[in-house]
Amino acid sequence: MFQTRGSVGIVDKTFSRQGKQEISLSSFAYLFGELVQYCQSQVSNIGELERKLDEVGYGVGVRLLEVLCYRERSQRRETRLLDMLKFVHSTLWKYMFGRQARDLEQSNTAEDEYMISDSDLFVTKYVSVPREMGHFNPAAFVAGVVRGVLEGAGFPARVTAHYVAVKDQLRPKTVILIKFTGYSAIMQREQRMPGS
Amino acid sequence: MEMINAEIFTLTYGSMVRQLVADYEDVEEVNKQLDKMGFNIGQRLIDEYLAKSKTQRCSDFRETAEKIAKVGFKMFLNTTASVTNWNADGTECSLILEDNPLTDFVELPEQLSALKYSNLLCGVIRGALEMVNMDVECSFVKDMLRGDDVYEMRLKLLSSSTESYPFKDDD
Repeated sequence: MFQTRGSVGIVDKTFSRQGKQEISLSSFAYLFGELVQYCQSQVSNIGELERKLDEVGYGVGVRLLEVLCYRERSQRRETRLLDMLKFVHSTLWKYMFGRQARDLEQSNTAEDEYMISDSDLFVTKYVSVPREMGHFNPAAFVAGVVRGVLEGAGFPARVTAHYVAVKDQLRPKTVILIKFTGYSAIMQREQRMPGS
Repeated sequence: MEMINAEIFTLTYGSMVRQLVADYEDVEEVNKQLDKMGFNIGQRLIDEYLAKSKTQRCSDFRETAEKIAKVGFKMFLNTTASVTNWNADGTECSLILEDNPLTDFVELPEQLSALKYSNLLCGVIRGALEMVNMDVECSFVKDMLRGDDVYEMRLKLLSSSTESYPFKDDD
């Protein structure tokens, strides 16, 4: 089904090790702006818009996981929940945003919920949400990326992005809420692993 | 200019194209949509270009093409193109890209061989030039994803008008 005409397939090409190529943020902002507008033209409400952005982000996430595992983790992938969350919080965040996420917390009310929060994610930088769109957060795209990474690694989850107001600060922070869908199965799997 | 990781940009573009392919089914429609998105981007991008590039007004189309290839591509894609194959009148040329950041990690499957994957770029150029009163046609003629040796865009000037105020001073 997937045959290419070129003699050299993409997996035969050498894989750039460092990948430190850069591109201007405005190029991304233009593209992202168009992406949001396109998604908006396809849907009728904000929930669907966020889901659509999440889907696009998911495509990025599953691919990023592979790239990062090869490049940053010398071909290893995390198999434990906490290590995986740390991987998202530090490795993935550093790769995407140039720094670690500010916080990684477990929810007080549910043990299968975790939150990663940070402010000034560049995807939201040039986006101002009109009042009639209420709680829409363009970081739904980032939530999609996180979902892609987690699901690709075998930790299916529901991931959503929310704005949360912070005291004494003008701009709200973005909280990425992760709810693992098969939490008990993941825990059982971890117990069977050697060394636990 | 503030910079970010280029691979995020590449993958985001790829994921967007995938979404378009899934939504439209007809590949021609996807090409059109990409061009349209590029056009919208170009219309806004030209302002940033004029504000930040610190370049002088172009005296002719040859200079315009050079500026796109050397300054514009450098600013927004962090790569450069070369300008060749001019026609005798100086209204048509080719932009050759050897490195195209949009297409890293990309492979076109057989059933999408009609997809102009990087068509966004054509739209961007068309949109940007329209805002400086130049009507152009721009399309990909060679694409490495389809087995060619380079990426080649054909750029054709249709008409250009000098800037003039639509009103008189004493109105």
